[in-house]
Amino acid sequence: MKISVIITLKKDVLDPQGKVIHQALDGMGFNDVEEVRQGKYFEINTKETNPKKAKDEVEEMCKKLLANLVIENYKIIDAQ
Amino acid sequence: MKSAVITFPGSNCDRDMDVALKKFGFKNKMVWHQEVELPKSDLVVLPGGFSYGDYLRCGSMASKSKIMQSVINFANSGGMVMGICNGFQILVETGLVPGVLLRNKYLEFICKNVFVKIRDKNNAYFKNIKNNVLELHIAHNEGNYFCTNDQLKEIEDNAQIAINYCDNQGKIEKSFNPNGSIKNIAGIFNKEKNVLGMMPHPERMIEPSLSGEDGSLFFKNLINNIK
Repeated sequence: MKISVIITLKKDVLDPQGKVIHQALDGMGFNDVEEVRQGKYFEINTKETNPKKAKDEVEEMCKKLLANLVIENYKIIDAQ
Repeated sequence: MKSAVITFPGSNCDRDMDVALKKFGFKNKMVWHQEVELPKSDLVVLPGGFSYGDYLRCGSMASKSKIMQSVINFANSGGMVMGICNGFQILVETGLVPGVLLRNKYLEFICKNVFVKIRDKNNAYFKNIKNNVLELHIAHNEGNYFCTNDQLKEIEDNAQIAINYCDNQGKIEKSFNPNGSIKNIAGIFNKEKNVLGMMPHPERMIEPSLSGEDGSLFFKNLINNIK
């Protein structure tokens, strides 16, 4: 079973890379952009076949390693 | 006094630290990260470098390596644990000290001498150092200290700020902040003050002819204060 996770920076955490990307986009003519926030994406293949169990396990992974909850939020977006 | 320096894959200040500790009288042992138990030590040092190539987040992979459970137990039983630079990043990832270290505000790797003000001398790391300001070296890409407002309040209430970036007179102002750290924080303690994490490298300032001597002040003092 494949599960995907998106890690994003919390709202009040400064994202200088996102800011620079925003500026670059603006320079390229994408002038409607209001903000860019950079994050991380993981695809995790697990032997677990029970979607609920697999999701719970990935949630543990997020809390213990994949995300740092002081600055990041995680979202498990896909179980298939 | 016995010390142990942990080497992770990608550590690169471990031998500098070994040289510094021995120079000031420590009997130091190098410990590979896959060891399970620490040798008998009075001080454990997590050195600078780029453990695990800074994958995922700086220090995050190293914080889960085998030896770290012993380091955490040692710290929790009152043992002195010091993390320098990447070692500080590893410490925040273990949760032994609060907060995180983000990418430098202006996205530059910073490598230069800075001045730091000693904020608290009621601990074994800085007790009896006469100077209030030290000149030390920093070299990092992720040294921008960040924590939640609640954590900041707790850190300030418990006097856990160890050192702040400042000018040569000890003035702590935004213009002397190299990386965007909250409140110019360069180093912090845990609540009990037996664990210290800091970005500057005292081990790089121990040769007057090459660098400076403020690191020597730090180590001379350290070995005298360890019980």
